[in-house]
Parts: sequence; structure tokens; C-alpha cells
Amino acid sequence: MSTSTGVINTEKFDHKYDDEIVKYFLMATIIWAGVALLLGIYAALELANYKFNLGLQWLTFGRIRPLHTNAAIFAFGGNGIFAGIYHSSQRLLKTRLFSDKLSWFHFWGWQLIILAAAITLPLGLTQGKEYHELEWPINIAVAIVWIAFGINLLQTIRRRKEPHIYVALWFYIATFVTIALLYVVNSIEIPVSWFNSYPVYAGVQDALVQWWYGHNAVAFFLTTPFLGLMYYYIPKAVNKPVYSYRLSVVHFWSLVFIYIWAGPHHLLNTALPEWAQTLGVIFSVMLWIPSWGGMINGLMTLRGSWDKVKTDPILKFLATGTIFYGMSTFEGPLLSLKSVNEVAHYSDWIIAHVHGGALGWNGFILFGMVYYLVPRLWKTELYNKSLAETHFWLGTIGIVIYIVSMWTAGIAQSMMLNAVDATGHLVYPDFVQTVVRIVPLYYVRSLGGLMYFVGYLLMVYNVVKTIKGAPVALAASAKREEANPVLKLDTQALVQESISEGPHRVLEGFPMVMTVLAVAAVLVGTMIELIPMITSTNAQSEEFAAFKVKPLTSLQLAGRDIYVREGCYLCHSQMIRTTVGDVLRYGPASETADSMYDHPFQWGSKRTGPDLARVGGKYPDLWHVRHLLNPRDIVPQSIMPTYSWLLEQKLDLGTIERRFSVLKMLGVPYSDEDVKNAAENAKKDSIAIAEDLVKQGGPQGLENKEITALVAYLQSLGKQTEKR
Amino acid sequence: MSILVLIVPLALLLGLFFVGAFWWGLRRGQYEDLESPKHRMLLEKD
Repeated sequence: MSTSTGVINTEKFDHKYDDEIVKYFLMATIIWAGVALLLGIYAALELANYKFNLGLQWLTFGRIRPLHTNAAIFAFGGNGIFAGIYHSSQRLLKTRLFSDKLSWFHFWGWQLIILAAAITLPLGLTQGKEYHELEWPINIAVAIVWIAFGINLLQTIRRRKEPHIYVALWFYIATFVTIALLYVVNSIEIPVSWFNSYPVYAGVQDALVQWWYGHNAVAFFLTTPFLGLMYYYIPKAVNKPVYSYRLSVVHFWSLVFIYIWAGPHHLLNTALPEWAQTLGVIFSVMLWIPSWGGMINGLMTLRGSWDKVKTDPILKFLATGTIFYGMSTFEGPLLSLKSVNEVAHYSDWIIAHVHGGALGWNGFILFGMVYYLVPRLWKTELYNKSLAETHFWLGTIGIVIYIVSMWTAGIAQSMMLNAVDATGHLVYPDFVQTVVRIVPLYYVRSLGGLMYFVGYLLMVYNVVKTIKGAPVALAASAKREEANPVLKLDTQALVQESISEGPHRVLEGFPMVMTVLAVAAVLVGTMIELIPMITSTNAQSEEFAAFKVKPLTSLQLAGRDIYVREGCYLCHSQMIRTTVGDVLRYGPASETADSMYDHPFQWGSKRTGPDLARVGGKYPDLWHVRHLLNPRDIVPQSIMPTYSWLLEQKLDLGTIERRFSVLKMLGVPYSDEDVKNAAENAKKDSIAIAEDLVKQGGPQGLENKEITALVAYLQSLGKQTEKR
Repeated sequence: MSILVLIVPLALLLGLFFVGAFWWGLRRGQYEDLESPKHRMLLEKD
């Protein structure tokens, strides 16, 4: 038994850890990484050249992109963190995982969820909310599997034979708890059919919930568990203790308290109230410090061992991953400043930011972990170390090519879109003019991704060969023991040495002071948020009361649901910001009221194409039909894929009455008659549009086809709100 | 913005949970020894 004072008893413990589950999660990680990367390259090529969409509805960028993000975050990232958490926590707690049954339920449950995503997303069965696209039955499955994971983890912690809970474990706990809360809150939706639902939130409310979830998905799924992994695998890989344990404790707690409030930085310059935006800005900027605390701690652990980093690919991946973490957590706060955000929002700069983090931080930490774990789990040596080195360089260069091309594209496009000449007119009035400029960079980005993928393939080969070559087992572990002798520690002396003097002692020695300060910090945050909300509630209802908003007709609603199904919101925003460039190009800035009945909100987060908030009435119906059938007939340089099936597929009005009644229940002002006549009215409107299209010189036979619904919806945008 | 009536208390609850967790850790002596854990985690055999 180890004690916190006195000399450590180095008697070896005789526990059998469950490493089978770790192996399975690790294999899943490696396999899904390939899927995620391939989907990413494919999506990238689809943007560079519309022909890659192949004219097939299941493969359009709008349906593939969510498949890619879910695969990268939850299939690759998810399995990776589970492998690492299950491996490291057993060893940190000196105890076997609580329940084999839970472990396997967790593993197979997670893979089945991924499979469900792979099937439903290309079919267009989506909630239309980023990183939360999976429909409600799958949401329930995720919650159940997540709870199983949490019970497994927390019970293992409770049964620990090591009394101290190492900092990595605190990160894992924070991950479990916070994701559980966020996921559940963003999952509150009313089912319309088996794979269709409407969130209970709408418009600006939904925007806030979505990004409260979305940013904290980054924080507590892509950051905290990975920081935990970093705190385990870097010291282990270099066989040196963490630089400062105190720092790890401090930055953990500050990170956890600050992250929750950063969500609004996804909604800057939009119709979100000013003070909420400002709050997001402040907390996002504050986040820089605890994040860099983590980075510094991780990198400084390697001080004096840089020679090892030079020769060890594991350390290269872990160290470089930590550097990319530092980069992303500096870029993030920078992007949270309103002036910077004005340039970056909706542009490829955001894509660059995401991928620096995803490929650099998440990817590299997991690759480092793979190279660390495979030889140890299979009790052998890595098949080819220089192959791993090559992987590292290919990956790094790939990432750099990716992010530099996207920084360039984002900033260039943004500058062009906002360029105003001496007479106050837009220099580039046609959106496509800016697209044409950056398409070459889309090819460059695809190359970056391809290089990263090739590096990954080298890893797969290396891992397969390593596992196959297991007989080297005994020699390898003997060699490793030689290189890393078990230390004898005099903890009493260490503790004596570590007792600090002066002002730090005051803070450290008085836990009550720490607690009071922490609570005060949280309360200040609370006051800043609550007081304006309470005092301005009247103003807000006045804000809404100043407008009269028409809800969508049944045909328009059917169209909106097609818009969500096809993923249109992924390339087209519906939120004109209060910036000069936006207003000049698209018209008056969007009001909060405009989207008050949108379940889910359609503000969008990227403009690969123009904003559509006020596109209603701008073009005749026939324009939209021709444009959707073949965008290049209208805009020769368009990169938008064709949507020809919309002219062939019959509009399914089977659930339209239910949709209306669900929305009515959620507060959309439909009458009982509206609900009863929903299907009939939709048919009438569809026929009217089809007849009108023929009169305009368009194709015959479009009555009751999906295209009429989408056109009706597009024509409603910007036309629903009236000032009283 | 009435959604804030939901998510602010929720975020506070979460914050309170973490304050509680911190307090628990403090009480149970998790922060008595901030020196040896980083060394001891290295001792555990792979």
C-alpha cells in the first residue's frame, strides 16, 4: 500500500487489468480514423469540384459533411478516448475496470451507434444541428451507452486501490459529467416520426442551446479527455514526471469553470443580444490562460528530454499534438474578438481553426497513444520506427498545408466579400466571384488531407505488422525494463522540498480561501448573466412584440424540412449580421424575431454559398427550379451540386399534420384548422406553384413534387416578419 | 432569450457540482500531497 508520506513500498501489485477492452477500442479507433479521413478527403474534393457529388442524393456534400464530422469526433475521437481512458485509469487507480459487462456493452453500443449514423445520415435523416445530427432514437442510445461508460468509470474510481485521484482522472470525470448534461439538454426534441423530430427550442433560443452544446462538445469531448490522456501518456512515454502537478490541478479547475460560458462566441454579430455576445467574448478570452497552462505543463514535462523527442515518434506526436493544442487555444480566443470574428465567421478560417485542432491536437495525441499502446498491449516492439517517423512528417506537413490554404481562403474571401469601393458599393457584388478565387485552395486543402491520410496508412501497416510479429515479446519487455528502471522514492523528502513559501503558501495552505474565491468567481459570472437577463426580459418581449411573424404554411414547412434533410444549412446561412458588408450585400440585418418559429434554427455557420435570409421574392420560382436542377445553368462557375431528384421525388405529406400539431404544441401560432388541413393546403399550394412554373416557361409535371415545397420555402425567407 | 432561464441555472448547477467535487477532494486529502503523485504514476508497470 502506498502512503502519502514515507518511503514508497515498491512491492508489485498482482492485478489483472482488462486490456482486452482497450485493444478492441484501439482497433476501432484505428479503423474509424481511416473512415473519417476518407470522408474528409471526399468532402474536400466535392467542394473543389461539384462533379464529385456524382449527382447522387446520398453523396452530396450536405449529407456527407455530417457523416465526416461525426466519424471524426465520435467514431475516431470517441473510440480513442475510451481506449486511453480505460487503459490509463486502471493503472492510475491500480484496479481492474469495474464491470466487464459494462465495458463490452459500452464498446458494442458505441459501434452500433456509429453504424446507425452511417446509415441514417446519407439518407438525410438528420436533426440539422451540428455535431448533434443523429435523430432521437440514436440520441437515446447514446445517452444509455454514455451512462454505462460513466458508471464503469466512476465505480472503478470508487474501488481504487490508489487513494490519490491523479489529475488525468479529474479530466475524465469532468468529461463524463458535462457531456451527459450538454447532450441531454440539446436532445430535448419532440418526435414527429421514427427518424424525424423537432427541437423544443427555436430561433435564437435554439442557437444558444446549440452552441452552448457545440462549443462544450469541443471543450469536454475534444479537450478535457485529451488533456487527461496527455497527462498520462507524455510522462509515461518520456518516463519523467509532469512538470508541475500544482499547475495541472489549478488549470483543470479553472478550465472547467470557464469553458461553459464560451458558447456565444459562435454567434457574434448575429441577432443574439449584445450582452450575451460580450459574455462569450470575455470568457473565451479568459480561457486562453488555463488552456496554455495545460500546454505549458505538457511541453515542459519534456524539458531535458528533447533528445528523446528527436528519436522517438511517440514523443513527436504527443509533443506536436500539444503544440497544436496551444495554437488552437490561442487562435480560438483571437477568433472570439468581435472584430476578428467579423472577418472569420462563415469563412474557411473557421475550418482551418477546427482542423488545426482536430488533426493536430486530437489526431496526433491519438496517434502517439496508438504507437505507445500497440507494442505494450501486444507485448512486442513496434515493427518499424522510421515508418512512424515518416507518418509524423507526412501528417505534420499535411496539417500545415491544410490550415495555411484555409487561412488564405478564409481571409481572402472575407476581404473580397467586404470590399467596398469609393462610391460605397460592393466591389464583388456576386458571391461566386469570391468562390472562383478560392477554389484552387480547395484542391490544395484536399492535398493536405491526403498527405495526412497517407501518413495514417503507414500507421495501419506498421500496427498490423507489429501485431503479427508478436514473438519478439519477451526480449522487448526485458529491454524496456532495462531502459526504465523502477525508481525508489523518498516521498517525505519530496513533500518537504515542495512546501512553498510566501504568498503562494497563503493560498495553498488555506483551502477555505481557495473555495471562497472559486465560488465568488462563479457567482460573479452568474450575476453578469442573470441580472441583464432579468432586467431586460421586458425589453425582449418588447423586441418580439414589435414584430408580427407569420408561421410557415404547410408546403413551406415541408420545404424547410427538405432544406434540413439536404443539409443546405451547411453551405448557406440565414443570418444577416449587423456588419456593413452583410447589410450591403444581403439587406437589413436579421432580427431575432425572424427565426422565432424555426425548429431547429437555420442561422448556419458557414457560407460556402450566399446567405439566404432575405432571398424570398428576389428571384422568380423558375429561377430556383433551374438553379436546383443545375446550378451552372444560372451561375456558370457555381460549385453547388445538382439536386435533380427534387423534381422527380413525390412530396411525402404523410406526416405533415403531425408536424403541424407538434409545432403548434411548441408555440407556433397554428390554428386547429391549419393542422387539420395541412396536407390538403400543401397539395393545393404545390399545384398552384407547378401551374405557375409552366406559365413561366418551365417544365411540366412538377405538381406534388418535392421541388415545389423547397421553392415555396425559399420564397418565404425574409417575408415572414412585419414591423407592427 | 427566455432559454437562459434554463441554461444559466443548468450551467450554475454544473458549476456547483464542480465546486462540490473540488470541496470533496479537498476534504478527503486529495490535495495534501501535490508532489509524489506525478512520480508514483510512473512506477506503475505498463
